[in-house]
Amino acid sequence: MLANQIGYYSLILGLLVSVLLCGVSIKDFNNKNKQISQNILSLSFLQLVFVIVSFLSLIISFINSDFSNETVFNNSHTTKPLFYKISGTWGNHEGSLLLWLLVLTIFIFLFLIKSRKQPKKYRILTLLFQQVIIIGFFLFVLMTSNPFNYLFPIPREGLGLNPILQDPALAIHPPILYLGYVGTSIIFSSSLAAVTQSYVSKQWGQHIQKWVLVSWIFLTIGIMLGSIWAYYELGWGGFWFWDPVENVSLMPWITLTALLHCIVVLERRGVLTSWVVILSITTFTLSMCGTFLVRSGILNSVHTFANDPARGIFILIFLFVLIALSLGIFFMFHKENKKSLNNFFWLSRETSILINNWFMMYFLAVVLIGTVYPIFLDVISSEKISVGPPFYQKLIVPFLIPFLLFMSLGPRLKWIKSKIENRNSLIMIFIVSVMLTFFIIKNLTADLLFYTVLISATFFLFFTNLKELFIKKFNNISQIVSHLGFSLLILSILFNSILSSEIITNIKIGEKYDYDKGEIFFKKTEERKESNFNSIIAFFEIKDKNGKTIELKPEIRIYNQPVIITSEADIKTTLLEDKFLVMNLVKGNEYFNIRYQVKPFMVWIWISVILLSLGGLMSLFKRKI
Amino acid sequence: MKNKFSIFVIIIFLSFCFVIFYEGLNTPKTYTPKVNGKKNIQTFKVKDFDSNNYINSDKIFEDNIFYIVNIWASWCVPCRVEHPLLMELSKNQSIKIIGLNYKDNLSNAKNFINKFGNPYSKILIDSDGTLSIEFGAYGVPETFIIDKKKKIIKNYVGPINQEIVDEIKLIIK
Repeated sequence: MLANQIGYYSLILGLLVSVLLCGVSIKDFNNKNKQISQNILSLSFLQLVFVIVSFLSLIISFINSDFSNETVFNNSHTTKPLFYKISGTWGNHEGSLLLWLLVLTIFIFLFLIKSRKQPKKYRILTLLFQQVIIIGFFLFVLMTSNPFNYLFPIPREGLGLNPILQDPALAIHPPILYLGYVGTSIIFSSSLAAVTQSYVSKQWGQHIQKWVLVSWIFLTIGIMLGSIWAYYELGWGGFWFWDPVENVSLMPWITLTALLHCIVVLERRGVLTSWVVILSITTFTLSMCGTFLVRSGILNSVHTFANDPARGIFILIFLFVLIALSLGIFFMFHKENKKSLNNFFWLSRETSILINNWFMMYFLAVVLIGTVYPIFLDVISSEKISVGPPFYQKLIVPFLIPFLLFMSLGPRLKWIKSKIENRNSLIMIFIVSVMLTFFIIKNLTADLLFYTVLISATFFLFFTNLKELFIKKFNNISQIVSHLGFSLLILSILFNSILSSEIITNIKIGEKYDYDKGEIFFKKTEERKESNFNSIIAFFEIKDKNGKTIELKPEIRIYNQPVIITSEADIKTTLLEDKFLVMNLVKGNEYFNIRYQVKPFMVWIWISVILLSLGGLMSLFKRKI
Repeated sequence: MKNKFSIFVIIIFLSFCFVIFYEGLNTPKTYTPKVNGKKNIQTFKVKDFDSNNYINSDKIFEDNIFYIVNIWASWCVPCRVEHPLLMELSKNQSIKIIGLNYKDNLSNAKNFINKFGNPYSKILIDSDGTLSIEFGAYGVPETFIIDKKKKIIKNYVGPINQEIVDEIKLIIK
């Protein structure tokens, strides 16, 4: 009860501090002092404290199961374990927006502390632009999605958190993802500030690069956590579904990756200034756009919490105000440095980065069109369509081939002007890659030519980086590790999709099912009671051709609040393959429906993503925060 | 001059996007095209989902009752939304629901049925989507109502909702 009040008034105070902060900043802007006034730092800290207090009080309401709070009532239950009571705080629309606000304020405060060496006016403008975003979100939370709505009479019991969200990976997925997703706001604000101050330069590139890296690392890991969750919890055995929500997290990731590379070019050569600014604006706009698409209910998705049109209209207007503001500033203030424009030699590192940027923009366009085209079509012609995975695969996968080749060659080139060195060893590696690919996959797939070319290109990237890793020692190791991770990711995804096998059958207790590679034996079931669910655990023995037996114990959980039945897959993970077994109840029948999948190299998908972000982390530490 | 023009184009484009998104928020999620005259369903041969054998269309629509043909796929998200309503309709004895599985992976489709329940008295496989074209389908999901004379009397594009379910119940009375 008390926590509820404190949380609500902290939010209002936080909004007031925002307004105050804008006033003080504007006053300080024309001041002759070299450093920004201490008041600004203190106010920014105060704002952060208010948002933290508000967020903590929501957590406390969740821990205490205070059902006088509407958000807690809608999303929690007394029998839920403590861990999920806490994670339930951001497992809903209102709480997750409070998390948005928290990340926004954390980032601007850290920015102010970490940018002391930067020009004063640039810092103040960054703060102002960030405050525009923060005020927008304060208003959004207070007006349409107040997490502290009061309920009377106080209900005795809550409605419960959707069981599929009660999962450790998913509990930390939103905060990590948000650090990346919302972290792009600081890139947006500072690039606008840099444009107005004509400060888009090598020096600025060096300074903003670490913020891009931080967002990128968190976004990468956040997406991976969501993907891991989908893999074992949704029980479909896949890890990427091209669901609109996955797409909206992938789109800022693509632009952020492109930005990461362009900033290096800016830092070294002082060119591509417009492009860097446009990418910075686009990245945050896509994050906002994602929030709009997911939260307004305009699309059907796992993450659509609430379908309140008022919310949709608010974010939509806010989104377009931000776009208009940023484009207005860009067109008014930005002057391209004409001198450096024609300074690209066709064979140089910056050219290869630029080319791969175009490819990334193409991938972005495919994902963007696949996600929003159904909405456009619906409004214009009232036609309903659903864009499925084949669309993305057909349009993206073939273009990976040149993309991978440029990725292998680009980093070997020098800046400004270059020629290909060590031509012989590159040709050798290429031949080895092609032959290796051919021997591996000649009996595996019908589409031999296409896969040979694709996998060869990936192996080529893999081996060139592996060679660099050994030869160059620690020069530019972060880039090599990341690119190695990326090639490994593509390899594992490709082999995973080519080599996966699955068996679906109905089976009852005590029965054996023979298939060409072994047999599945359904031993018994056991029932178990937990505080928030009852479960049926089945024991299966799976024998392969060599007589090796493994035991798998998939589970069916019947959650009490809300009553939902979920299937928990049992997965045995080894370095080479995952064995995945999931079962479902067949209604009015003693049979269970089981799905047994062997998925090779599954764990390598996660390892390679970790490698990818590890590269980012190394680069960050090299630069000393 | 060139700069002004590009600003103009961008403003027009953004306004267009805004209007589309704004309208998108308010549009209902279903659509009922006009059926021009009552159309007879054609005879066709199709693969059966359970037995994997080919069956003839007159064997499918043999009873003297109303039929509903529902086009669905496991990859189609709106299909999941309308699925509970189909389950509700399937309890009605005076209709049979025929599922037309559109361009789908068979194991995913089976999984979908196991997970969400089976409202269909029969499921047909339309792996290349040609049969759906024969029916005159607009996309997935889509629902056709077929009367006792084996004519298509109505179709609904997009996921069905409670209003449509009530309307269907009225038609078959």
